Amino acid sequence: MYDSGKIIAGLLIFVLFVTIPVWYNRGSAGAVPELELPKDATTCVLPAAEIRAEHMKLLNVWRDEVLRDGDRGTFEIDGKQYQKSLMLTCMKCHTSKVRFCDRCHDYTSVNPYCWNCHLAPVE
Amino acid sequence: MDTNRRNFLKVAGISTLAGLGGTTIVNRLVAGVDEAHAAAPAGSGVERKTSETIRYGLVIDIKKFHQDPSLGEKAVNACHQIHNVPKFPEKRDEIKWIWMTNFENAFVESPNLYQDEANQTHQLPILCNHCDNPPCVRVCPTKATYRYEDGIVGMDYHRCIGCRFCMAACPYGSRSFNWRDPQAYIENINRDYPARTRGVVEKCNFCVERVQAGLQPACVEAVGDSKALVFGNLKDPHSEIRQILKEKQTIQRNPSLGTIPSVFYIV
Repeated sequence: MYDSGKIIAGLLIFVLFVTIPVWYNRGSAGAVPELELPKDATTCVLPAAEIRAEHMKLLNVWRDEVLRDGDRGTFEIDGKQYQKSLMLTCMKCHTSKVRFCDRCHDYTSVNPYCWNCHLAPVE
Repeated sequence: MDTNRRNFLKVAGISTLAGLGGTTIVNRLVAGVDEAHAAAPAGSGVERKTSETIRYGLVIDIKKFHQDPSLGEKAVNACHQIHNVPKFPEKRDEIKWIWMTNFENAFVESPNLYQDEANQTHQLPILCNHCDNPPCVRVCPTKATYRYEDGIVGMDYHRCIGCRFCMAACPYGSRSFNWRDPQAYIENINRDYPARTRGVVEKCNFCVERVQAGLQPACVEAVGDSKALVFGNLKDPHSEIRQILKEKQTIQRNPSLGTIPSVFYIV
């Protein structure tokens, strides 16, 4: 082909430019987030792996059950009754949003808008 | 196209028959599907079932609010405090779930010439009427406002998109819009209840979180023994609220609009 030198050089530069997100930050992934777990409770509402993966869906399910269906029934863990509520259940054990919730959310660059309304505990 | 008139007419005739026959068959099928869905009456948000046994209502005794003007303030403050309702400095940003107003503003269908002195000098509380046929529920494009089975008209702030169509539809002006972020303007934050965010419409929810736990609404509890506000089950013939409705004459706001409110006022 004509001008093959320029074309191949240009293609290489283009590919490098387009794959910047892949190679530019290599090696600086940062440490895995360290969560400050609550001291007085042993288990969460669900087992750890499950809650880590499913807490978004769980909160939505709770929201729909409580708000739309009016089902404010409590559930039991270790003999204590808990409500289906972010502020009244989750945040009572995980008393610090900054040292628990934000750790993973900041690492994964997730910005849930829960805290716009559901008042976060005072730090 | 290499065809003669005879063949053309044959093809045209068969296509017409197929077209007409096909439309009839499709219509029959669609009608069959429609019948299955036609069970729920359309519109007015009444796709939800209505309970046969519970319909919550409120009776407001206007005279008691005239006799003791502090009751109104107590009711309003209790509601606004417990639900983190903000207090903005400007009137145009105002958010109110229950508030005191003049008789002629509450009852626009009543004649207001030569009003009696008590109604001229004192005010009465008004709030969301939790209508049985709520126009706000009907117009909400996202069903962020909906009617519970027990008659309370609830709000799901997660789904509200802030279009304010409900505010236009409500004939009573019970709804307020959050023009600004309210969190900075809440006077005494109640940490057991969420606030709202900017861009959603809010209104009285009959303390649904308290009522569904068996408590009385905050305003009713605030006026206490004076019985200026009485809350109860309208469908229970032996409830206190039905007794009052039997004994006293009551009026409602804008009855001719057909919203069927759940709030009654003893004149």
